[in-house]
Amino acid sequence: MGLEEYKGVYIYAQQVDNELSSIAFELIGKAKDLAKDLNTDVTAVLLGSNVKGLADQLAEYGADKVIVVDDPALEVYKTEPYAHALSSVINEYKPDIMLVGATAIGRDLGPTVSARVATGLTADCTQLEIGDFPLKAVEGKEQKHNQLLMTRPAFGGNTIATIACPDNRPQMATVRPGVMQKIEPIAGAKAEIIEYNPGFEVNHKYVEILNVIKQAKSAENIMDAKILVSGGRGVGSSENFKILQDLADVLGGMVSCSRAVVENGWKPVDCQVGQTGKTVRPNLYFAIGISGAIQHVAGMEEADIIIAINKDEDAPIFDVADYGIVGDLNKIVPALTAALKEELGK
Amino acid sequence: MKIVVCIKQVPDTKGGVKFNPDGTLDRAAMLAIMNPDDKAGLEAALRIKDEMGAEVTVLTMGLPKADDVLREAMAMGADKAILVTDRVLGGADTWATSSTIAGALRNIDYDLVITGRQAIDGDTAQVGPQIAEHLNLPVISYAEELKIDGDSVIVKRQYEDRYHELKVKMPCLVTALSELNVPRYMTPGGIFDAYDEKEVTVWGRNDLKDLDDANIGLNGSPTKIAKASDKVRKGAGEKVTLDATESVAYIMGKLKEKHVI
Repeated sequence: MGLEEYKGVYIYAQQVDNELSSIAFELIGKAKDLAKDLNTDVTAVLLGSNVKGLADQLAEYGADKVIVVDDPALEVYKTEPYAHALSSVINEYKPDIMLVGATAIGRDLGPTVSARVATGLTADCTQLEIGDFPLKAVEGKEQKHNQLLMTRPAFGGNTIATIACPDNRPQMATVRPGVMQKIEPIAGAKAEIIEYNPGFEVNHKYVEILNVIKQAKSAENIMDAKILVSGGRGVGSSENFKILQDLADVLGGMVSCSRAVVENGWKPVDCQVGQTGKTVRPNLYFAIGISGAIQHVAGMEEADIIIAINKDEDAPIFDVADYGIVGDLNKIVPALTAALKEELGK
Repeated sequence: MKIVVCIKQVPDTKGGVKFNPDGTLDRAAMLAIMNPDDKAGLEAALRIKDEMGAEVTVLTMGLPKADDVLREAMAMGADKAILVTDRVLGGADTWATSSTIAGALRNIDYDLVITGRQAIDGDTAQVGPQIAEHLNLPVISYAEELKIDGDSVIVKRQYEDRYHELKVKMPCLVTALSELNVPRYMTPGGIFDAYDEKEVTVWGRNDLKDLDDANIGLNGSPTKIAKASDKVRKGAGEKVTLDATESVAYIMGKLKEKHVI
């Protein structure tokens, strides 16, 4: 394939129930950095039914172009019509880079599409940059420039690998939600809208949806919170999370938790931070009564400031905390809430 | 009905992680177990076998020592086992791995292929859907429940805030979540049979069907490792042991210093 034909940074603008997912904006934010280094622009690919109206929102978050495939076949996510739509867009418009969110949709759509368009796919990336491959010039081997270097954790966060896709296009990655920064939206920004429809014909790969069952979900998402007050097993009970909620309330933050808390039934799974939960990067993260298992740390270590309170001075959470206090959370947390109330005049 | 379960022998991540000089994993140097999502997939197949009768074949690609997980699977109740192993297949990324496994599956009759959603070493969740694509099969990922309904499967497919109940005609491929079930233990009789009575069929590169050399092993992998290393974590900050009043003063001081309040 002529690699030079492939141009531009594309992102898959995931929508569910005709509402754009946060990951769409996060991907645009990252794509803008990459596009700047490559001196190109950012195209969002929007697939759905009656979704054209969402294009302006993508423009406000930084998309230069929006390719819209609007078809009744795309009303609800199903692997086949979506994979057909996205691979047709790739074959038609030939992006250099194609980013997809590592969501329950993207981790199905991404691999199917990458296999269909015969390119590589790097999963669950946490860092993307433009650089050389190999990183250092090796005699007798061509060093390619302007490559997408995709960094991802593996082995439950024990190792990290940087991966390139030097000989195939597009360079595809799924990107972990909550890691890339979206830009402040620019009100009134417009993108070039390109409507495209590859045509949809039902075949044996179309599954039938018998039922869609939505599960209760808290209205707010911990991934959007600037301040998180996170509790672990050390909090002791579901009731005792009240003292964490009080602290979160006075700071305008939200309560999150570790996996142990979810397993004990003290908090729902959508509050869970970590490898099997959500990746968060708030400005301030309180780790209260959380021991700091590697699976938890993988989901919160990018927070700007980490304050840990734990009675066990050997708890691994202190290895990643900026400020660690060895002490009794039951005394410290309520006293801190009271002091903040006074300080902030609440 | 014929079911193939694709399983992977994975390093137990508790045992430490080691790399070859080319940046690929040194699997030979690590302790190995059957990947948990794959084991749930195997259990789902064995339950179908218990309920309605089925022939369950387990298939893996790996080093010769991956024979262990195939024997374990047969001791749990799988009928047949196939080990795909060949030096030229080593260092494969998900594209090359899925191409290779598809090459093996082309030799086998099946109604249903089950893979785990993802393996605990790579955590990619890519190989299942990619196998389906190479074989032109419908795929349902993230199965929380799986049942057979005539010539179709009905699957509860998990998403972040909902699930879809999906139905599709076989042949098809389903990727299993660990939440699907609690896998059974091996039985003593099963262990005896697995090691003394049953055979593991071994296939090399030349036994795989319709598979181009350009799509196998390290050279056939579109993604290349530029660098791999143990994660460098942010170092520990300050750690203090204070009573409650002093702790509050300490935290308030830091929050002011950092302009949080």
